[in-house]
Amino acid sequence: MDLLIVFAVVLAVVAFVGAPLRGRARGLDPDAAARAELADLEAAKDAKYREIRDAELDQRTGKLSEEDHRALDAELRVEAIALLKRIDVARARLGAAAADASDAPEAATPPSSVG
Amino acid sequence: MNPSRKRRIRLVAALTAALLAASALVYTSFSAGSDEQTASQLLDGAVAGRTYTLAGTVKDHSVTRSGGVVWFSVLDPHKPVAVRVRYTGIVPDPFREGRGVMVQVRRQGDLFVGEKDSMVTKCPSKFQVAPPRSSSSPAASIT
Amino acid sequence: MATVGRALLIIAFAVALYGLGASLYGAFAGGRAWVDSGRRAVYALAGVLTLAFAVMEAAFLRSDFSFSVVASHSSTTTPTFYKATAAWSSQEGSLLLWVWLLSIWSSLALALTRRRVREVAPVATAVLMTFGAFFLMLTVFWANPFQTLAQPPSEGTGLNPLLRHPAMMFHPPMLYSGYTLFSIPFAFAIGALVTRRLNAEWIVSTRRFALAAWLCLGIGIVLGARWSYTELGWGGYWAWDPVENASLLPWLTGTAFIHSIMIQERRGMLKVWNASLVLATGTLAILGTFLVRSGILDSIHAFGASTLGVPFLILIGAMVLGSVALVVWRRADLRSEHQLDSLLSREAVFLLQNVVLVALAFIVWWGTFFPLISEIFTGTKASVGPPWFDKYIVPLAFVIVALSGIGPLVPWRRLTLASVRRGFVIPLAAALVTWGALLLVPGAWAQPKPAAFAGVVAFVLASVVQELWRGMRARQASARESAPVALAGVMRRNRRRYGGYVIHAGFAVLLLGVAISSSFQHAKDVSLTPGQSTRVDGFDIKYVRATASATAEKISLGAVLDVSKGGKQVATLRTTRGFYPSQDVTQGIVGRFFGGESESQVGLRAGFGRDIWTVINPNLTPLAGIIDQGNRTFARAMTGIVRGGASQQALTELYALRDQAIAAVAHRFVSNPWPADFRFIVSPLATWIWIGAIITFLGGLLALWPAPAAARRRVTAGYAARVARELARTTQ
Repeated sequence: MDLLIVFAVVLAVVAFVGAPLRGRARGLDPDAAARAELADLEAAKDAKYREIRDAELDQRTGKLSEEDHRALDAELRVEAIALLKRIDVARARLGAAAADASDAPEAATPPSSVG
Repeated sequence: MNPSRKRRIRLVAALTAALLAASALVYTSFSAGSDEQTASQLLDGAVAGRTYTLAGTVKDHSVTRSGGVVWFSVLDPHKPVAVRVRYTGIVPDPFREGRGVMVQVRRQGDLFVGEKDSMVTKCPSKFQVAPPRSSSSPAASIT
Repeated sequence: MATVGRALLIIAFAVALYGLGASLYGAFAGGRAWVDSGRRAVYALAGVLTLAFAVMEAAFLRSDFSFSVVASHSSTTTPTFYKATAAWSSQEGSLLLWVWLLSIWSSLALALTRRRVREVAPVATAVLMTFGAFFLMLTVFWANPFQTLAQPPSEGTGLNPLLRHPAMMFHPPMLYSGYTLFSIPFAFAIGALVTRRLNAEWIVSTRRFALAAWLCLGIGIVLGARWSYTELGWGGYWAWDPVENASLLPWLTGTAFIHSIMIQERRGMLKVWNASLVLATGTLAILGTFLVRSGILDSIHAFGASTLGVPFLILIGAMVLGSVALVVWRRADLRSEHQLDSLLSREAVFLLQNVVLVALAFIVWWGTFFPLISEIFTGTKASVGPPWFDKYIVPLAFVIVALSGIGPLVPWRRLTLASVRRGFVIPLAAALVTWGALLLVPGAWAQPKPAAFAGVVAFVLASVVQELWRGMRARQASARESAPVALAGVMRRNRRRYGGYVIHAGFAVLLLGVAISSSFQHAKDVSLTPGQSTRVDGFDIKYVRATASATAEKISLGAVLDVSKGGKQVATLRTTRGFYPSQDVTQGIVGRFFGGESESQVGLRAGFGRDIWTVINPNLTPLAGIIDQGNRTFARAMTGIVRGGASQQALTELYALRDQAIAAVAHRFVSNPWPADFRFIVSPLATWIWIGAIITFLGGLLALWPAPAAARRRVTAGYAARVARELARTTQ
């Protein structure tokens, strides 16, 4: 009985763990580095948006004066735009495949306005 | 002064301050620390009037209590020597014969008087596998 | 079933080694399929270990004494709840718990990040599987939880009565969750350093787990303190004991990391510092796990020497050397992108807070390891006690709390005079008002430190309330909602920020409780007989009557006490001391029921204003004579029965008589009570320690709670649109 349980567990583990190795193409993904860079930029962009939002909240709760906020907001937006440009470059490098795979919701960004 | 030089100076200043603070800490710990003494060390070298930290195991069948006072003997870990301690104050819950203790004491002749509330007992070793009593004789298992 | 358990551990060990190899191979040569297989190995590990853990639990619950751990840590008379939790009161069981929790949290981390950090995750998996393999190696080769006994006893040793407390049973799982969760940011940091991907993506993944680890570890620490306060007979909750300190060390550096990572997120600064912090935190978590079971430091908890010391030291040594080497090797990638704009900015406050926290960690570490250090340099083991710790920790804790109030008021990048005026006036006023009000309280300023601290706490609380108020008003300005709805809304939309504020408030309250309850405490040791009274801090405490009970599990001798003030009844306290039987037959048939472990049931009346705490220490010496007599009588009877053939019926009758005798002996405490020693402690505001802790953890939950995905996408899309419009404008 004990032996049966152990055997069953071993079978299950081997089947589960080995599944990805059966049938899938092996070898390194040539696009891995580019994909990783894109993901990094997307994360940096999200962080930048959060900064913009935080600055707005800071202004509305009195930590930043109107003037200071305007200056900071402009600075952050410039940084965000730079990131968007780099994202577009990275996407272009990956080609159409990367644009499909990426799960960023950029529905509102008109791609044609990018130079 | 260019900004990178200013930054380097700031960094060096900060590190120096940290080093000085750490040194001060280290120095005070050596002067504030109290050495642990064994029973034999106390018997040989303890001077009346000074406080020492006695560390050792409580000798079996040596514990008596009367009123708020506990009397017990502390064994030396390496030699067959024990010192008698008289202690008042909080007795930690795990305190028992055979347990490790640490207590601040002062010498009074051959007796050592424990400082109030200074006793610490080692928790019984959870992580030492104590062989449980296996039933060998019927008498043993039924008591 | 024990063989199944052992086999499962060996399978788990093999799976861990496979996961380690597959992930590394997949990361550098074999590609995605191998990486996926490696990740699945982590899931499989969690599954196998869950089965193994279930086997162990089942053995405890059915009191299967063929399992060595069950025989030495449980008994048939142990209540079911404690049977289940006794599993981790042993070395072997606690190691299994640790590696099981590691597998669960690792599975969660990898599942949540399976579409992100694709380069870092495989290396992180390999690191986590290394930890798993290490702990499994210990359980397979040295500390087997499924060890069996050739001759199982009919009764187990039972759980140490000091551990029969709900807090003590949740304390290890919480602590271990904290430790294992901290190994995840550690693993991801190693992965990021190796693959040179130390940027935004790594930060996002790491930060959440660091916060979760911080939360769990904090809960574990507080549970331990609560146990000490309500279970141990000394009335304190923190003794700067090495094991307590060991769990505090990663918590301190983890707190520093959670703050300083925000600077890296925004400004790309402090990369070397952050990498070092997170690696140090992971190492300290393993060090904490090691300290508890090594016996290298004398402490109340030093669990005696064990054979596991050497493997742990090797692992910790490897972690330290490897971390230093990695950071030095990748220092080019860790260069800061920006510099500090101004010394008057939130970045600067965070930096100062970090320095203070690391200083605190160093002090705690130094004091904890001092016996070893002094032995190395002077040849004798010396130790430093709580006064040494307090001398350095208290002023720094002051600074930390003050900074936690100042930080949220200071904007990022640079502080202006206008923002000082807008932000600091109300909190400063609150501090001044508090200090002034305390002048009116007699004796408050007799202890200047806690009084000054109260002002600092008032500053923090006022700043938090101010922030909540202003956030609510800001939302109301645009959303037209009622106050409570607006407050909930703004907190929900900005969880990190407001969660953090709540944490600061809770922590300030907690430390205030610590400061006031310890500085203004009144304690008294007194011997009383029923009918006698004593007075402590204005309270009259009367020993009303003695109590006694005897069950198969333990004998309890206790007292009922009445507390009154100015003639009015305030509380009734009940305290007992429990005596558990020992297995030592030399103490006599009756005597051994009074000669085993003892523990206190604290009589506690907690209140918002003060706690009244008491324990009884009934002296057993007056019973010595009758116990002796009982021993002799029953020994004679036993000899007679054994000689007559030891019939089961005769034995059963004898046991019944023995139990009656023991109950009668115990009852003497009630019928002929003798003076018992009591310790009374009145601590003002002690309950606020626990209230502050609860507030802190609620804040942590809020900060940790993920925003719903839909809201996140809405927000992102909104900002994308705005920025895109900018983009369109600039390119034209």
